[in-house]
Amino acid sequence: MMERPDRKRVTSWVVINTVVVLYAMIPVLWIASLSFKDPSTFTDGSFIPRKWTLDNYAGIFENDDFVRGLVNSIGIGLISTFVAIVFGTMAAYAIARLTFPGKRLLIGVSLLIAMFPQISLVSPLFQIERALGLFNTWPGLILPYITFALPLTIYTLSAFFREIPWELEKAAKMDGATPFQAFWQVIVPLAAPGMVTTAILAFIFCWNDFLFAISLTSSNAARTAPATISFFTGSTQFEDPTGSISAAAVVITIPIVIFVLFFQRRIVAGLTSGAVKG
Amino acid sequence: MAEIVLDQVTKRYADGTVAVDNFDVRIAEGEFIILVGPSGCGKSTTLNMIAGLEDITEGELRVDGRRMNDMAPRDRDMAMVFQSYALYPHMTVRENIAFPLKLAKLDKAVVDEKVERAAALLDLTPYLDRKPAALSGGQRQRVAMGRAIVRSPKAFLMDEPLSNLDAKLRVQMRTSISRLQKSLGTTTVYVTHDQTEAMTLGDRIVIMRAGVIQQVGPPQELYDHPRNLFVAGFIGSPSMNFLPAEVTGDSLRTPIGDIPLEGRLRRAVGGRGRDIEEAPGEAPGEAPKEVIAGIRPEAFEDAALVHERAGGSFTGTVDLLESMGPEKLAYFTLDARAVVHSAHLEEVAKDAGSDEAGGGFQLVAQLDPKSGARRGEPLRLWFDCEAVHLFDPESGENLTERASG
Repeated sequence: MMERPDRKRVTSWVVINTVVVLYAMIPVLWIASLSFKDPSTFTDGSFIPRKWTLDNYAGIFENDDFVRGLVNSIGIGLISTFVAIVFGTMAAYAIARLTFPGKRLLIGVSLLIAMFPQISLVSPLFQIERALGLFNTWPGLILPYITFALPLTIYTLSAFFREIPWELEKAAKMDGATPFQAFWQVIVPLAAPGMVTTAILAFIFCWNDFLFAISLTSSNAARTAPATISFFTGSTQFEDPTGSISAAAVVITIPIVIFVLFFQRRIVAGLTSGAVKG
Repeated sequence: MAEIVLDQVTKRYADGTVAVDNFDVRIAEGEFIILVGPSGCGKSTTLNMIAGLEDITEGELRVDGRRMNDMAPRDRDMAMVFQSYALYPHMTVRENIAFPLKLAKLDKAVVDEKVERAAALLDLTPYLDRKPAALSGGQRQRVAMGRAIVRSPKAFLMDEPLSNLDAKLRVQMRTSISRLQKSLGTTTVYVTHDQTEAMTLGDRIVIMRAGVIQQVGPPQELYDHPRNLFVAGFIGSPSMNFLPAEVTGDSLRTPIGDIPLEGRLRRAVGGRGRDIEEAPGEAPGEAPKEVIAGIRPEAFEDAALVHERAGGSFTGTVDLLESMGPEKLAYFTLDARAVVHSAHLEEVAKDAGSDEAGGGFQLVAQLDPKSGARRGEPLRLWFDCEAVHLFDPESGENLTERASG
């Protein structure tokens, strides 16, 4: 009796999930398929390449600008993420646990930054960075990235810190821990899943950014991968760089996938279960 | 082991509320002291102030003569067991117990040995490599105890450590805590809202209400000589019966009959207001004095089982009979006039969450199991007049105690 509506529900969910997954995956698969196509078959309209080739990949790695862009992306992304997580953790902890003058102001300001349209900041930042000599350097991108990643980290992390029972910290204090030891040995390990999740979000933000990367750089000294791709040219002036762009797009997706897969096991909920009564 | 002195300690919050008012107790070395009271009476705040987790607004906390007010918790050398146990979920049982020793930078071998010994003492050895999530409530509680005893602190502070356990386990852990404390001889401050725990565990009990100490003393003394209505209602289970009583000449008129005003009862009401003492039994026109009579359920007995003992008697219909094995509890309903209204009792009743907390319509009598009492049938009760306490309805003060003291 109960099976019918159940099966109906399962079927409808399967259909909905399939549609959503296809909607999300088809463009990715399309790009991947393009990246494996021989330039002569780009326009054959077939989803599955008829003539497989790895030339597109070989081509972009022969391109010094792209390799350099990848290095820039990884370096700038990791440094920005690291700094944002370190400061974000401290700020989030303070917001979650302490009462201090200016707490509301801090929350307000970080919210304001998160809401601020980045495009309106490009021109002033361009001028400021040129005046300070930061234009077209790593710090020139790292600084704005940290600024925009911090509100995100503060918000997500303070939610995680609030979940950790305060008694654990009191217990640590009673056990003889200094406030820093209590934070480092008790709170941080428990907040680790939250910190990893936040780090991934911050890294993806830095990795994906195109606006700052294109506006605040002028050479491959600091230009990140997404910006580099936009400068691709075909091998001849009559050729579109479609293959290279697709291959590069696939390549820059891979680190994110690896990043998420690697930390997936850490992003598990319920690590705090067992701290207090079940 | 240490002597802990709380010298007129007061906790006042920024908004002006006073959580603990003038707390003044000297806890002797090795003593097991219980802070008990209804929720919100300031007992946990007091414990936190001893621990250093909350600041002391006024007064002084001294441990072995040293002022502790401004010391960080980690410098006070006290161990605390929390109601929620507060085990570190990312550490195994072994790491949990070893944590205070690790922070104290002890030698690895010493740490291992101490952890093993504490685990053996608490029967935790088989679980040392488990995470807290894989333990039962009782085991978690023992891990929390282990973490406290492992570094032999000056004092144990326990904040309702048993309230998350089921009833049977609670009784079991109660005796083992008591035994542990006796064998270690460590000064212990134990917070609970459960009067049974307080009575069974403590060398001395501190009863608190709204931040103020009501009475300090050994369990038996609190039971026998409650200083006021609140203490009388809080200590004892089932709790004391309270009845309105009227002083008329040489007897006390109560809903369960007249009680002769003799000896200590006479002295108790004599000390107040009018000079009854000088004209006993006379002056029929004098205004009756209202008092509250308190009689413990244990002071009652089935009249059929009592021979040749002086006392009062009362006949009523048994409403409900609970057979507990070693005793029977008989409930009688008294009429509405028997309701006692006193602010001092409201809090007790609220905390107990039932009408048996005194002051209600019901009278509870604890009878011998041999009693032939039956539900719905009338029963003649005998009660011991010597066990009657009289209280001032206004101040709540125990008049019988004052007169004899």
